[in-house]
Order: sequence, then structure tokens, then C-alpha cells
Amino acid sequence: MKLVMDEKDVARAVRRIAHEISERNRGAGDVIVVGIHTRGIPLGDRIRQELAAIEGAEIPLGSLDIGLYRDDLASRPAPVIGRTDIPDAIEGRTVVLVDDVLYTGRTIRAALDALADIGRPARIQLAVLVDRGHRELPIRADYVGKNLPTSEKERVTVHVREIDSEEGVWIEGAL
Amino acid sequence: MRHLLTTQDLDRDQLTMLLDTADGMVSLLERDIAKAPTLRGKTVATMFFEPSTRTKLSFDKAAKALSADVMSFTASSSSLTKGESLKDTVLTVQALGVDLMVVRHGATGAPLRVAEWVDVPVVNAGDGAHQHPTQALLDSLTLRQHFGTLDGVKIGIVGDIRHSRVARSNVFAFSTLGADVTLIAPPTLLPVADSEWPVRTTSELDDALTGLDAVYLLRVQSERGGASVFPSLGEYRARFGLTAERFKRLKPDAVVLHPGPMIRGVEIDAVVADDPRALVLQQVTNGVAARMAVLYHLLGGEADV
Repeated sequence: MKLVMDEKDVARAVRRIAHEISERNRGAGDVIVVGIHTRGIPLGDRIRQELAAIEGAEIPLGSLDIGLYRDDLASRPAPVIGRTDIPDAIEGRTVVLVDDVLYTGRTIRAALDALADIGRPARIQLAVLVDRGHRELPIRADYVGKNLPTSEKERVTVHVREIDSEEGVWIEGAL
Repeated sequence: MRHLLTTQDLDRDQLTMLLDTADGMVSLLERDIAKAPTLRGKTVATMFFEPSTRTKLSFDKAAKALSADVMSFTASSSSLTKGESLKDTVLTVQALGVDLMVVRHGATGAPLRVAEWVDVPVVNAGDGAHQHPTQALLDSLTLRQHFGTLDGVKIGIVGDIRHSRVARSNVFAFSTLGADVTLIAPPTLLPVADSEWPVRTTSELDDALTGLDAVYLLRVQSERGGASVFPSLGEYRARFGLTAERFKRLKPDAVVLHPGPMIRGVEIDAVVADDPRALVLQQVTNGVAARMAVLYHLLGGEADV
């Protein structure tokens, strides 16, 4: 396993993403950060904190489980469904979805469907810590911590302190 | 886990997984659009060979909230009245094209037999005086939401234990999740083989009352002979009813559960049933979430959890 981002790299990427969100949206007054289970939630929380420090205002954080919107229930054991909690109405707001790795795009497709059942935001933007390529759907990220060219045989692992007790991004070669 | 037939063979990890998912389902049910597409194209057959209103409605709602189609079957309107066997009935329903069967039957073990005959997952929605596993899941979920965990929670199950599939299911689910279970009933309504159960038993509600975190009241099941083994409903209430007076002696944070339908004035006084510490309606809502979790996990790929 090769380390490609350490804890400090992750922190710098999160801070830059927060600044880009603020710049793109001319402030973050109507932003709701929504983390995708599991590791999108702690990453979303950190983006929210950086954003709050930049803006000097509270930014709400939601959590989204996309398990019920997957397109592969029949082909694998059903994963546990986590809670979806969105603190405010998303109508007319800017939702920034946060996930750890952007790969095929299918998770984000599911997240967009899930959000559509929750409300009608003014716009949805996507922030990811790592974009590893190999999209299977026409989806792209608005904010990227690191572009990581990979082969489909490689495995990308993101660990965050809140869940894994260590932090960083690793890439594991073809077996 | 291919079928859900009893709580006795569920381990702690399986129970925890189902409860965790049920919590996620609760958050889905709280939305304006309380529906997700995950079981689109799946058909769930609810087959009730014994009358039921709330359990059947709950399974119907659970299946529909996950976008499954529902085919309903009630014994009174079926070919059973023309003499068709149970086996032929379920094989016919399977041949119509269903992905999962929910079976309630008056005979102990009927859902297990059905599971041996058909190729789809089977959920036991109550078989005789044997088991009612989804009731145990919704009760465990309700207690876990309230206490955060079942570990060390002292639960008293009061009433007609012997005729109660709810009690049988709950004893195993609660104790597997770490709760400390006491069965409280007249000797005639305690189980015959209670020594094999992970519980304590007593016939003195007044002695047990003050140590409990949760009181689980059972209905007196007149239709299963439950009312014939004590002198009168009035005497039952006097010794085993959760009266307003007994309710005052509970710990201040203790809660009251009841699987419904409640008979006010027998096992529970009306003022207790209407108190916020009676979680009866929360149990009903949680029933939908718990059954959604069961349908979801049994219809997932491999169904091997």
C-alpha cells in the first residue's frame, strides 16, 4: 500500500475545498453540507467547520445514506442502512454533497435520486477528497481534493481519524 | 439469513444489523416522501391464514415504502375454504411469481414448513403460540431508541406468557441483546419449560415492579384459552394489571410497552396507556421500520448476512 495523501495533505485539501465553495457561491449563506455515509460524513463535517470559520457563520451539516437508491441490491448482500438526517429544508438552498472517493459515479447518481426525494434544492454541487477516474455515468465533481490516476485493478483506501483511528489516502497495486 | 422464522437462532450481530438498518428506515419514514425505490420490481405476498389487522397493515406499509408490490391473501376468502391444502396454496402463490412470503398461521411451525416447500424467503408473521420475530425486532428497536442499548436493561414481561408468541420471541431477542428479563405471571400462565429460557420468573408483580426499567404488558389471550386459567378479569387486574397505583411505583424513567391490541382496564389502566412513558404508538411506527429492514435484508443479493 502506497501512501498518496497524509493527514496534513487531507487537512490542506479540505481547507482549499472550503475556500473554493465560498468563492464559487460568493459566500456560503445558503449552503448545506451533506456527507454521504460513511466517510463523507466526517469529511463533510470538517469542510463545514472550515467554511464556518471563513464565513463567520454556522453552516448546517446533514448525513445521507444512499443504500436504498443503489442499483445493485440483487447482486450483493444488502449493506446496513444508516440514518439520513438533513437538519434544514433544502428547498432553494445550495447542497454540497461530500464523499471520500469519486469512481464510477454510481454512488453520486444514487445520492442525487435520494436528494430528489427529500426536496428541491436550488443547486447541488459535489466535493470529493479523491477523484480516481473510470466514470460509468456522466458525473463530475465541482471540488476535488486530489486527482488520482488509477487503473481499475488498483484499490484506493481512504481512512479518517473519526472512524479508522488513522488518516490518509492509500493506493494498493494490482494483485 | 435466508428466512426469518424465529428469534431463537438470531445472533447478536444479526439482530444488531437488523436494528441498525431499521433505524435508517425510521429516518426514511420521517420524510415527506416516505418511500424509496430499493425493492422496485419485487413482489411480497402477505399470507394471513389467521386474522390480523395491525401486523398485516404494517407489512403492507413496509413493502410499499420500499416500492415493492404487495399481493395479499386472507384465509377466509381463499380456496382453503374449499379444502385446498396449505402446501398447494403456497405453491400456487409462488407460481404466480412472488419474491418473498410473509406467513401468519395459527399452527406452530407452519411458516417453517412453508419455507421448506418454496424457493423464496419466508418471514414468520406469527405462528400459533410459538414465535412472532418481527414483533421482537420492533420492541427491541423501541427499547434501544429509548435506552441507547439493551445491555443491562431490566425488562419485566407481564401476563399470559404461556400462550404468547410475542413473549417467546422477545425473551430470546432481549436476552441475546444483553437485557435482563424477568417473566411475571400467575403460575398457570408461565411457560411449562421455562427453565430452558434465559430468564427469571416470579408470580409477584408488586415485588418485581420497582426494579424494572421497562414493563412489557401482554394481552390476556381469551381466544387461546388465556382467560380460563384465572378466576376473573377483575382478579387478573388486581394482581397483574399495570394500574395507575402500580405505575406510580415504577422508577421515574421506566417505560411501558404493549404489543396491542390493549384491553384497557384489564392488563393496563387507561391513564397508564395514555401516559407519555407508554411507548405503544412508537412501537407501531417502529413496526413498519423493523419490517422494512427485514424485507430489505432478505431480498438483498446472496441473502447471506
